[in-house]
Amino acid sequence: MAEEDLSEMAKDVELHLKLDPPLSANNKPSRSFKTSSSSSPPPCDTSHVLENVLENVLKFLESRRDRNAVSLVCRSWYRVEAQTRSEVFIGNCYSLSPARLARRFTRVRSLFLKGKPRFADFNLMPPDWGARFAPWVAVTAKAYPWLEKVTLKRMFVTDDDLALLAASFPGFKELVLLCCEGFGTSGVAVVANKCRQLKVLDLIESEVTDDEVDWISCFPEGETHLESLSFDCVESPINFKALERLVVRSPFLKKLRTNRFVSLEELHRLMVRAPQLTSLGTGSFSSSTENAGQGEQEPDYASAFRACRSLVCLSGFRELAAEYLPAISPVCANLTSINFSYANISPDVFRPIIRNCHNVRVFWALDSICDEGLQAVAATCKELRELRIFPFDPSEDSEGPVSGLGLQAISEGCRKLESILYFCQRMTNVAVTAMSENCPQLTVFRLCIMGRHRPDHVTGKPMDDGFGAIVKNCKKLTRLAVSGLLTDKAFSLIGEYGKLIRTLSVAFAGDSDMGLRYILEGCPKLEKLEIRDSPFGDAGLRSGMHRYNDMRFVWMSSCRLSRGSCSDIARALPSVVVEVFGSDDDDVDVDEDNADYVEILYMYRSLDGPRKDAPKFVTIL
Amino acid sequence: MAYEKVNELNLKDTELRLGLPGTEQVKEEQDVSCVRSNKRQLQSDNEEESTTPPTKTQIVGWPPVRSYRKNNNNNNNNNNNNNNNNSVSYVKVSMDGAPYLRKIDLKTYKNYPELLKALENMFKFTIGEYCEREGYKGSEVVPTYEDKDGDWMLVGDVPWDMFSSSCKRLRIMKGSDALALDSAL
Repeated sequence: MAEEDLSEMAKDVELHLKLDPPLSANNKPSRSFKTSSSSSPPPCDTSHVLENVLENVLKFLESRRDRNAVSLVCRSWYRVEAQTRSEVFIGNCYSLSPARLARRFTRVRSLFLKGKPRFADFNLMPPDWGARFAPWVAVTAKAYPWLEKVTLKRMFVTDDDLALLAASFPGFKELVLLCCEGFGTSGVAVVANKCRQLKVLDLIESEVTDDEVDWISCFPEGETHLESLSFDCVESPINFKALERLVVRSPFLKKLRTNRFVSLEELHRLMVRAPQLTSLGTGSFSSSTENAGQGEQEPDYASAFRACRSLVCLSGFRELAAEYLPAISPVCANLTSINFSYANISPDVFRPIIRNCHNVRVFWALDSICDEGLQAVAATCKELRELRIFPFDPSEDSEGPVSGLGLQAISEGCRKLESILYFCQRMTNVAVTAMSENCPQLTVFRLCIMGRHRPDHVTGKPMDDGFGAIVKNCKKLTRLAVSGLLTDKAFSLIGEYGKLIRTLSVAFAGDSDMGLRYILEGCPKLEKLEIRDSPFGDAGLRSGMHRYNDMRFVWMSSCRLSRGSCSDIARALPSVVVEVFGSDDDDVDVDEDNADYVEILYMYRSLDGPRKDAPKFVTIL
Repeated sequence: MAYEKVNELNLKDTELRLGLPGTEQVKEEQDVSCVRSNKRQLQSDNEEESTTPPTKTQIVGWPPVRSYRKNNNNNNNNNNNNNNNNSVSYVKVSMDGAPYLRKIDLKTYKNYPELLKALENMFKFTIGEYCEREGYKGSEVVPTYEDKDGDWMLVGDVPWDMFSSSCKRLRIMKGSDALALDSAL
């Protein structure tokens, strides 16, 4: 199989270098590109040479933003770029049809598709809304036989889709499913079994139905090409013996993330057989109850960790037995990434561990580590770039073990911080302002004060000043999520100073339409806007009419929108698809009084008009 | 669906509601939108058990933590194990002739019509009308379940609440097996 791949690629290279370009002979894409309606320009040597040179130069261009810019230079550059782009990123699967993708790009090796908007993660979107992978796999199966890599985020993927994928791409190497659903272990089994070149199989935060299929045993016998295997989100037991055998025959395996059905003893066996691992998802990290009290000697876990000299990333700890945590000490100094966000770790257990983690750059944890734990992080993790603190008790009334104290400590200790997601019950403007001043490298600031409309808990004032300081001082900010009690003033500051913001999330905030207007009349780089439960209405929505063509999407739920204004937008902007629907997936007996009220508005720009697969409960205006 | 009409009168009695019985107004608060989804609904389940004062109702999707994380926290909840037992109720569903088993969470359904509709979608079959006397007459498949005592019963024979708390697994029977069971009951 590998040899066939090589000769295929060799043919490609030959074609590229020939002066008599078969490229224009194969040049179907020009048919669909409207402006090149005239027949292809009469072949002349100079233009072909230039095209070939351009092709070879463009091979080095990977960034999609650069490539997008290149494709706008002229028709010829557009064509060449289209034929040399091997990685395609589609931020909204409904912004174009699969057919259009296939027409423009002819040599795609890697596809990244995003489906549902992020608020779907929080049950705000009814099920069966869409974002199906099926039409994409059907088209790409024919258009890109050399496809190697597929990454999907928030898409609906079925077992049949996975089966078709496995059958259609003989050189398939990498499958990454982020926050997806619709498939089960049977689909995973097919991929494991049929994709003989598979290097990466990463199932991350996806819902995987338990079809009671032993998918681990479905990997073919013999040495595998596996480099990364992540299944920590699979909520069903696995055949451990088969996993162990798989690990033994996967010499290239660097990343292994097991699920919570792998006990500490089993983890030990895996580590001993794969000391070359760089990233480890530790499963339950507790002892299976069978061994307890049998008087057998426990494996030397610390020694297993010590043997993994390349280990830089640790996650898992899904049912952590705290007494075993010190076993990771031998690797702490090497760790660059730690994910404790599934473990209820107290400050006392946490502090001795984090003390040695000087190189940590990415740190995720539960708020159970408290402000004290955050102070410990601040004292040690001087290289910290990304911090995420999740709530152990995600309700509005819980005690809240972390606060502005922890936030401020982090800002003072971790000056290189670039990205933060912080859940808390109470916060102060002073702490947020301190972070804005201490961490000028911030590009992502997401603060979730869980109590809705909660003001600064010391002064009682709105959180306007804190967020205002963030947008003023953090000049590199591209992503912002706000919370707490906020007036329109906060939005006026965001609109004015948020010059680079591309993604903005708003919930339970603002006073009036002016808030939305400030955003839409400011924030020049805004691409993604998601708003829920805020008093923004038609006037606010209309004020953004000039923007929506240039944005990826706008989501507004439980605001004050009426059908009329949504229809107006749809009429005025034909390249924007305007969907309205309720949070239930019933065919509603429309409540007469509220017939005009729009519960959820989701609109996005699209090259191919309204989608054909919209379910009944969605109305496309 | 015809089945819904037959049971229309019973829906309110068997319907699971948020909040304590008698506190009808809790559901009316505009912030609470009941999203029906096949995913685990831990938030609404927590509402039923929590004793928070009525002024602070839990809002769907708030705080914005993925259910995947919430589930994990519940698994780890050493202090309070009540949530663990009540929050999900998975049963295996098999259909004669289908290669794979499925698992569903009975707690996500409030009544028989919802459950049957979900099963229809899952296994791509249609089911006939149910009536007390004759079971699922006229349909090719018959949904059955095994209860706590190990007996195989017809889905729909007992009130929903009783069914959802005693159902151990589901089996969609086909063809002659189905008719035999039907007539035996």
